[in-house]
Amino acid sequence: MMAGGAGTPRLGIVAIGVLILLIFVAIPLFFSQWVVFLVTIALAKAMVVLGVVLLLRGGLISFGHGLYFAAGGYAVGFAMRFLQVQDLVLLVALAMIAGTVMAALLGLLLRRYRGIFFAMLSLAVSMILYTLLLKFYSLTGGTDGMSIHAFTVFGVRPAAGTTRQVLYYAVFALSLGVLYLGHRFAASPLGYFMKALRDNEIRIEYVGASIAQPIYFSYVFSGALGGLGGGLSALSVGQISPEAAYWTTSGDFVFVAIFGGAQSIFAPFLGSVVFEFVKNYSVKFSPDAWQMTLGAVLLLIIFFLPDGLWSFKDAASRLWARWRRS
Amino acid sequence: MDTATIIAVDGLVYASWLFIVSAGLTFIFGVLRILNIAHGSIYALGAYMGAYLGNAFLGGRYPGALSYVILLVSAPLVGVLVGPVLERIFLRHIYDKDEVVGLLTTFALFLILEDGIKLVWGIDPYFIDTPFSLLGNIPIAGISYAVYPFVQTGIAIVIGTGLWLLINRTRFGRQVTSVIADREISVAMGINVARINTVAFTIGAFLAALGGAFAAPMISVEPGMGIEVIVPAFAVVAIGGLGSIGGAALGCILVGVLRAAAVHFFPELEMLVIYVLMFVVLVFRPQGFFGAVRLRRI
Repeated sequence: MMAGGAGTPRLGIVAIGVLILLIFVAIPLFFSQWVVFLVTIALAKAMVVLGVVLLLRGGLISFGHGLYFAAGGYAVGFAMRFLQVQDLVLLVALAMIAGTVMAALLGLLLRRYRGIFFAMLSLAVSMILYTLLLKFYSLTGGTDGMSIHAFTVFGVRPAAGTTRQVLYYAVFALSLGVLYLGHRFAASPLGYFMKALRDNEIRIEYVGASIAQPIYFSYVFSGALGGLGGGLSALSVGQISPEAAYWTTSGDFVFVAIFGGAQSIFAPFLGSVVFEFVKNYSVKFSPDAWQMTLGAVLLLIIFFLPDGLWSFKDAASRLWARWRRS
Repeated sequence: MDTATIIAVDGLVYASWLFIVSAGLTFIFGVLRILNIAHGSIYALGAYMGAYLGNAFLGGRYPGALSYVILLVSAPLVGVLVGPVLERIFLRHIYDKDEVVGLLTTFALFLILEDGIKLVWGIDPYFIDTPFSLLGNIPIAGISYAVYPFVQTGIAIVIGTGLWLLINRTRFGRQVTSVIADREISVAMGINVARINTVAFTIGAFLAALGGAFAAPMISVEPGMGIEVIVPAFAVVAIGGLGSIGGAALGCILVGVLRAAAVHFFPELEMLVIYVLMFVVLVFRPQGFFGAVRLRRI
């Protein structure tokens, strides 16, 4: 697959890639504002999920990525409220910086932990942020959070009614950038170290390499993605509240990561778009049972499709082969 | 009025409530090596069962004292209905996989149970205050306290002692200890490990439901109550050391007293102290107070 890095991709793959790109470019031209909004949110959240996936590849499960999601969102909120920053580029940069700085600090600590302890400690940290956001309401607005009003692009305010489209294309362009960075990261020695970490940490040490550094860089990169995704979805929702740091939000990111699969960097984007639409329509049809649907899907994935939605083709062809043999 | 006494009493009450839930959580982890996120939902199930049965039977014809029996009955009812089903159908497939998979599977079960509760009992809150109002108040150090929360303290003590006796003084306990130490060797010694797993998970589920059933008279039983209990229970279990029941007790008392002190002096920091305590303990002692240091295997 792409993460292999070597050789030129086949013509068919290129054609499919171009087709998908064109579809994404065309979405705002043919679909309603609502669909555009959903896809924008899905792509923004997919960036956070990609961060979760990069850690998951090393067997590190972060049950606290809501922390970076919230950090990005509140960075945008604070910048608008207290610094009167309105420019989209600046706001997004600030969101990403907020995520990066927090991850750079916490990573120093978290890189020492593995498995269940990593999960619990990241959960504890995100819950600390959650209670802080909740209680310091003079700064954060408490449970109501903060509203995030109109932005400008390089000083120009988007024409009335085009805000959604502008944001969509901005998020789409950034997604491409994130995909490229994610691909470079996964194909770099650091990325391979994370894979090796999942297989066997002690062997890495026997080779004479340090594992702390790859974990740290992965974590910081993952936090930067979290901040970026958080800032972008706060901008598109127009609001940020402490819920973003609550553990169930982090649970959703982990869910989408497993749902899409950790094998490919495209998987989080596929998973996130499918997730956002399924969630929306199941909330519409059965508001009291959509979590149940999510849970059932997660169980099915864990037991029957452990590499996620992305591996569906492989799993299906395996089944097909077995069926033909019998 | 003596501030220290108030904090001690408040802390004890909170610790008792939390211990009933977290004892089950840590026991399940000790035996099954699974950190059960669905534990909070089973707690909620216990509360709903208690409130539902209570409302069904306490329509005036029966004496109010019956309510305690109902609470006591609903916990094992939930434990036996839910425990074996979850363990036999879902959890037994994941013992040989990463701990992370256990976390994900129980997260999925948590999502399913949360909505299952809504489908069965609806989204309106339930109330059962007979057990609470029946006991009235007592003055402690000049302040009038409700008696009912101390019933929970009693239950917490009974459970703590009961679990200790079960593990250290019975045949089943010896088998459990053996399974905790080494699953494969235990099988080789002729222990029915599959049965131990089922029973252990059912006991844990029973404890969660018991915590919920006896919390029901003090709160309004409503959707989402399971989400709020699970993280403090995690915190306590992590502080005490995963799998250690004595550790959970110590964690509960620490959390209870610190939280009560925070409520008294800095009310904004009420929940914060719990997570900060968990954070500090995990930073300096990742395995918690009484957790075993795990060997790194190649």
